[in-house]
Amino acid sequence: MPVLWIALIVLAAAAIAYVLARRSALASAQGDVRRMHSLPSYYGWHAFILTALPALLLMLAWLIFQPLFIENRIASQLPAEATATATSQQLAMRDVRSVADGLQAAISSGAITPEEMEAFTNDPSTLRARLGEAGVALGGNVTSETLEAAQNFRALASTMNLTMTVLVIGVALAGAAIALKQVRPDFWARNAVERTVMGLLIFASAIAIFTTISIVFSMVFETMNFFRQYPWQSFFFGTTWSPVFHGNSQLGIVPLLWGTLYISFIALLVAVPIGLFAAIYLSEYASNRVRSFAKPLIEVLAGIPTIVYGLFALVTVGPLLRDYFAQPLGLGSSGTSVMTAGLVMGVMIIPFVSSLSDDIINSVPQSLRDGSLGLGATKSETIRQVVLPAALPGIVGAVLLAASRAIGETMIVVLGAGAAARLGLNPFEAMTTITVKIVSQLTGDTDFNSPETLVAFALGLTLFVITLGLNIFALYIVRKYREQYE
Amino acid sequence: MSDISSHRGSSSLLVADARTKRRNAAEARFRSYGVAAIAIALIALVTLLISIFGNGASAFRQTFVTVPITLPAETLDPSGNRDPAEMAKVTTIGYGNVLKAGVTAAVREAGVVPEGMADSDIAGILSQEAPAQLRAMVLENPELIGTTVETHVLAHGRIDGFFKGRVTMESAQRDSNVTPERLQLAQAMTEKGLMSSGFNWGFVTMPDASDQRPEAAGLGVAILGSLFMMFVVVLLSLPIGVAASVYLEEFAPKNRWTDVIEVNISNLAAVPSIVFGILGLAIFINFAHLPQSAPIVGGLVLTLMTLPRIIIPARAALRAVPPSIRDAALGVGASRMQTVFHHVLPLAAPGILTGMIIGLAQALGETAPLLLIGMVAFVRDYPGGLFDPASALPVQVYNWTQRSDPAFVERASGAIIVLLVFLICMNAIAIILRRRFERRW
Repeated sequence: MPVLWIALIVLAAAAIAYVLARRSALASAQGDVRRMHSLPSYYGWHAFILTALPALLLMLAWLIFQPLFIENRIASQLPAEATATATSQQLAMRDVRSVADGLQAAISSGAITPEEMEAFTNDPSTLRARLGEAGVALGGNVTSETLEAAQNFRALASTMNLTMTVLVIGVALAGAAIALKQVRPDFWARNAVERTVMGLLIFASAIAIFTTISIVFSMVFETMNFFRQYPWQSFFFGTTWSPVFHGNSQLGIVPLLWGTLYISFIALLVAVPIGLFAAIYLSEYASNRVRSFAKPLIEVLAGIPTIVYGLFALVTVGPLLRDYFAQPLGLGSSGTSVMTAGLVMGVMIIPFVSSLSDDIINSVPQSLRDGSLGLGATKSETIRQVVLPAALPGIVGAVLLAASRAIGETMIVVLGAGAAARLGLNPFEAMTTITVKIVSQLTGDTDFNSPETLVAFALGLTLFVITLGLNIFALYIVRKYREQYE
Repeated sequence: MSDISSHRGSSSLLVADARTKRRNAAEARFRSYGVAAIAIALIALVTLLISIFGNGASAFRQTFVTVPITLPAETLDPSGNRDPAEMAKVTTIGYGNVLKAGVTAAVREAGVVPEGMADSDIAGILSQEAPAQLRAMVLENPELIGTTVETHVLAHGRIDGFFKGRVTMESAQRDSNVTPERLQLAQAMTEKGLMSSGFNWGFVTMPDASDQRPEAAGLGVAILGSLFMMFVVVLLSLPIGVAASVYLEEFAPKNRWTDVIEVNISNLAAVPSIVFGILGLAIFINFAHLPQSAPIVGGLVLTLMTLPRIIIPARAALRAVPPSIRDAALGVGASRMQTVFHHVLPLAAPGILTGMIIGLAQALGETAPLLLIGMVAFVRDYPGGLFDPASALPVQVYNWTQRSDPAFVERASGAIIVLLVFLICMNAIAIILRRRFERRW
């Protein structure tokens, strides 16, 4: 039975349990709500939760572990040569799965009758063509071992599915029965419901932790795989990046890191002065009217999707720089370049610098300004010699946050910076970044056992560590600074 | 001994001395830096928008050929029973020949064909998609067969580019896809009313098209895919985000555990989006074996990415509800849970929704994580559900920028206009919500 149907049945049962429990609670108190511990609807909700929650949790756990279990069972039935290495086992299992899925699709659509199935068991070579006719494409010819495994796979899956259906619905009904039995006027239904709700709230806030853990784990495992196939010294210190998809690639991170840092540096060169001066002007000079339209407009820059900046770099900025700067100066003839990506990314991170600096400048106590102005300093002298030094740690924090944003940015560099890994100083040449290479190594046909694909996870982990470090440091500075004046 | 008065400054308060002038000039300079900074930022914004709109606005207009075509029954419906299932056996090649003959006859009759242009060359003004359009039209209404109908089909991308200024007579000389004669013919047909330009609904409704036919490429699949993903994101991130912020703001004890969660959330908000793509690839596709390119995976990845960006404003909204509300509710005997769900949450709802919509808008424009989970695949079938392959608006833009034909740049910019319209609408709703319902205590 499809999962959706089971879930709907469970929910329907829970709804019925709600009505029954509420009614029986009222009846048990002879319709007098004052004699009950909780409001009648809490008895209903208690029944609802007891019916739906354990059953749905069981179903979820089952759905997660069933594929693992089936895979193990089937893998143990495969011939020894297929399970010799992890790679060959994965490949064999993929075949089995696709054959099983194909058969399932063909049978459920009626293209292959169960009787025909018998014939295939004796002669699996015709299966591919037959499935092809039925609209299911298979990658290769089916061997008799694979077919047998696929048949077992299907049988096991359907048995387990049936068991799950029975168990889940059974648990739901048992839950409903228990809840209905518990209904008494002196049962603390509200407390029971609130405990469950509290549990759900805690679970929801723990999802952030699960996310972080799964980010780290998903990358650490594959990175370890990568370092098993490729020496880590060559990865961290290699100065050549030339992936070759039939082995013997050189996968040094240095040129990518250089491109990333160079582009981010140019972006900060654009964004820091503009953002900082904009923040100073908005917080110290601007009238309320100017502030009320200029600040949101600058923040629009942060709300524009990065793909828009990417297209802007590709279509407008790149050709412009090439035709009016790079070619006349003899510096190169490439539309995609460090300069293109850096300038556009600089525009994108202006609001990150300006908004945070604005907040920080505003939180410098007025008394400092008053003191300086009272001594006869002009406004700009006050700002330069009193306000900015006081706000400096916070501004450094803002710049670091902007830097981490620039380092992790993907679409602008994918479209604006180019794909050539290069160690050079000429800003009008195409270079590439860590994020660009993650995209290019992981899109298209990928083989998750070759170092050329796995390197993307190592790159991702490096990127994650760099940006996380920058963030934590920046937040630490900002927070420490804020406390100073509070 | 020096004396204060020995400092020889200006003797008059009314005439500025050199030092004061210098200081005042420095002041004016400093101020103008600020104005310049804001001006540069705003100019950059305006240039960006002008460049996108300038490149993309023309994607909403398209050149069509309108000619009477006779639909011969013997080739289009050989069995003669007007049964769509039988007629579907005639492929687009058959319709292509019918169309070719019809257009050639029509333009010859109108007398617009330039001197010496061969018949075989005339059909080149039509899009490669045109036979499929005619076929779809006939299959939908089999009664048309045997009659002569006014047909409205797409012109070739280069002809369209000619009217939009992208293709010139000189460039046509060097182009294998178009000849100057065809451009002359197109010009003459326009004067006779056989070719016209109209609003391009297909751009919003049709699926993507191959490299050879930019004129037929549309955003239908991408918009549907994006909507499906947003559906998943709302369905998951609204309850989870609200629950998490309620817990952290209203119930969480101040201890190490909640500190860890809070630091975690603020760090997750700053993790590069591409890292979430790697997460999606490793967990949802490689481990959980969910299908590639499916909106469900995209939605899950975007949910994880948006959650912290929703939780932060939601907590601010909850914090803005004054404690007196809670005290009053607790005072009349409500439990803490009842206080929060009956009083605090409804009052914070506008703020939470505003943050939610802004988070959704960010999710809608996100591209990088979707590239990694296979949303770049070329998809021509409209997705029927969350598990069918689909594209997404920003990914479609990226996809089109990777194609060689310059007509796709126009399409990509046009797609961005569509994306920006969605974003502007969402942000406008958020602003209206905030203006109308936000309470200040």
